[in-house]
Amino acid sequence: MPTATKTTPPPLGDQGPVAEQFEAMEQQRQADRMGMWMFLGTELLLFGGTFGAFITYRVIYADAFAEAASHLDLKLGTLNTALLLTSGLTMALTEQLSRAARHKATFWLLIATIAIGALFIGIKGFEWYKEYQEQLMPVLGLTFDYPGNQPDRAQLFFNFYFVMTGLHAVHMLIGLGVLSVIAVLAWRWRDPPRIARQVQISGLYWAFVDVIWVIVFSLLYLLRV
Amino acid sequence: MSTIALDQRWPRDHYLSSGFRLRDWLLTTDHKRIGWLYFASITFFFFLGGIAALLIRLELITPRGDLLSPDTYNEMFSMHGIIMVWFFLIPSIPNTLGNFLIPLMVGARDLAFPRLNLLSWYIYTIGALFVVLTVLLGAVDTGWTFYTPYSTLFTNTAVLAAATGVFVVGFSTILTGINFMVTLHKMRAPGLTWMRLPLFAWATYATSLIMILATPVLSITLLLIAVERIFGIGIFDPALGGDPILFQHLFWFYSHPAVYIMILPGMGVVSELISCFSRNRLFSYKGMVISVMAIALFGFLVWGHHMFVAGQSMYAGIMFSLFSFLVALPSAIKTFNWTATLYRGRILLTAPMLYAFSFIGLFTIGGLTGIIVAAMTIDVHVHDTYFVVAHFHYVMVGGMVTAYLGGVHFWWPKMTGKMYSEIWSKVAALALFIGFNLTFFPQFILGYQGMPRRYHEYPEDFQLLNVMSSLGAGVLAIGYLLPLVYLTWSLFKGKPAGANPWGATGLEWQTSSPPPKHNFVQIPTVTEPPYAYRDQDNTAPFG
Repeated sequence: MPTATKTTPPPLGDQGPVAEQFEAMEQQRQADRMGMWMFLGTELLLFGGTFGAFITYRVIYADAFAEAASHLDLKLGTLNTALLLTSGLTMALTEQLSRAARHKATFWLLIATIAIGALFIGIKGFEWYKEYQEQLMPVLGLTFDYPGNQPDRAQLFFNFYFVMTGLHAVHMLIGLGVLSVIAVLAWRWRDPPRIARQVQISGLYWAFVDVIWVIVFSLLYLLRV
Repeated sequence: MSTIALDQRWPRDHYLSSGFRLRDWLLTTDHKRIGWLYFASITFFFFLGGIAALLIRLELITPRGDLLSPDTYNEMFSMHGIIMVWFFLIPSIPNTLGNFLIPLMVGARDLAFPRLNLLSWYIYTIGALFVVLTVLLGAVDTGWTFYTPYSTLFTNTAVLAAATGVFVVGFSTILTGINFMVTLHKMRAPGLTWMRLPLFAWATYATSLIMILATPVLSITLLLIAVERIFGIGIFDPALGGDPILFQHLFWFYSHPAVYIMILPGMGVVSELISCFSRNRLFSYKGMVISVMAIALFGFLVWGHHMFVAGQSMYAGIMFSLFSFLVALPSAIKTFNWTATLYRGRILLTAPMLYAFSFIGLFTIGGLTGIIVAAMTIDVHVHDTYFVVAHFHYVMVGGMVTAYLGGVHFWWPKMTGKMYSEIWSKVAALALFIGFNLTFFPQFILGYQGMPRRYHEYPEDFQLLNVMSSLGAGVLAIGYLLPLVYLTWSLFKGKPAGANPWGATGLEWQTSSPPPKHNFVQIPTVTEPPYAYRDQDNTAPFG
């Protein structure tokens, strides 16, 4: 008995039954993490297509794009960046607490992350609504009435803006759905080691959404006149 | 011989014997059964795309456009391309043979993510439904490349349904690629080091790498096409400041590497076949591994050779031309190594080996003509002619399809536990080789003489070669239909194959045929390098 107390127990995510195709939990954990990292790599490339195209046009139409960028709401964008990074913090804390098997704390931190994420989507929607009112939304056949120079180029900029932020919002919504499912599982707390693993893997995804937003924010909002 | 005689039993308990209800198949997470699901759907699409091809060849028998209207003709070659490229060629070897074999080859009980694997098949099916929908909506006439601005501004056909189908099937490709890579990294049996992996596994690894790195770029490109058609967003539309050439860059950044998604698994299969049926270790195993990875790498640097005449700068053209030449090096290394493996081998002319020989011959012609079209100056002359059509059919059909059929014939005993007709399989392999050359060799000449692709009428001077080509298509169809018949027949009447009918090396032959549900009773330990064919006399294929 005394020797047993001295050895540190394995982290919670390393416990529980191993899936039938694996030989050991360590192997399963490594496979899960590697799979998620590779998936995120493909997601980065998905966004990368728009980033590459945007940067190309940003160089070709430098002046027009810089001017168009100044019509975006930098304050709301900055607020959203701060919110999303905060949600990254709560998600990282969730991971630690779920591994320490802290039931209630895991659940409430997940709720906090979901709430901040939802707030982000709300603010983003408000921004889009503002742009719709200012007639800066050249999609769905809406009138595009741009007050500055070179409206054609500006239209291209706003096209990119809606594609990039829209695609990012879709990823946020998927993330919110996943986190909601885990929050329900965390509330029931049936299989804590498994929840700890799920939190870790979905935390990777959430961090990825953060990173993508930072790139989107820098490209669209910060490169202005 | 005594051990082989012992093996000639049909195992009672295997992956096909447990569960015959529909839900046992549609909800299975067994990689072997999922391989069969893909096999069935891919075969269906192969023949659907083949029917479109036959209609094209029938139309081209006469110089006049008398069988199909111009619009129908455009829709036919578009459907042929879309179905064959995205629903047959890209998923064929990785998703059927790869799904079946990779866990067996690495000594694992299943892929790393079995449920994700099943999901991939469902995603494939959903994508396929969109393509069926496209056919019902009146098809699409953009060609398989969806070039803008035609696809976004002008055509009234079902571009959205087709692009959505391809977009959706892309996710299936990505998830399959991730599954293979994680399996190969994390689930190899004890003792199975990277340098002991069979070349088919290496080829699947390189293919997965391309799938993961290239497919997302295609996805975003198709997404942009869709939003451009729906919302009027002008990222490729010159009227709104966009650029159609950008579409071509993004599209070929995916679609050129996609050619290697098609050919690399074929090279992996052929390496297995050549080594097994010449009873010889594979010449320069390491060289083969390096060249597989080199082809995957170079494949990403050559997309611009599709745009020599599209208005890119001369310097870009020179660089893309140079890189395209460079792909020939690792490809040639592979071809020479296969030849060197045959040297002093005890060559057994089985049906899989005949397919492997077809592959080497046809792929070499396809590869050498690839050098011709990679040269910028000559490409300007043959651009968009039948020369290019012949070139990529030699690589993709002559290469990929022969390798696929060779692989199916090689591993059929393992997949079903049954043996098929020796004579008919050889007849089919020969029909394919003859039919293929008769179909596509005349097209080199046609193209060089200036017949453009995608035209449904042509000057009368071109008729003789076109008739030859159409005749060949008929022979080719026989070569494709025969296996369907005798392989199906073998399922019911074939002799039990035994665990290792070819006397091949590799972990997949160490388990029974068909394998048990979890592949191995006990996970094997690997102690030897691959292709250790030293016992040259104790096996006689086909009993």
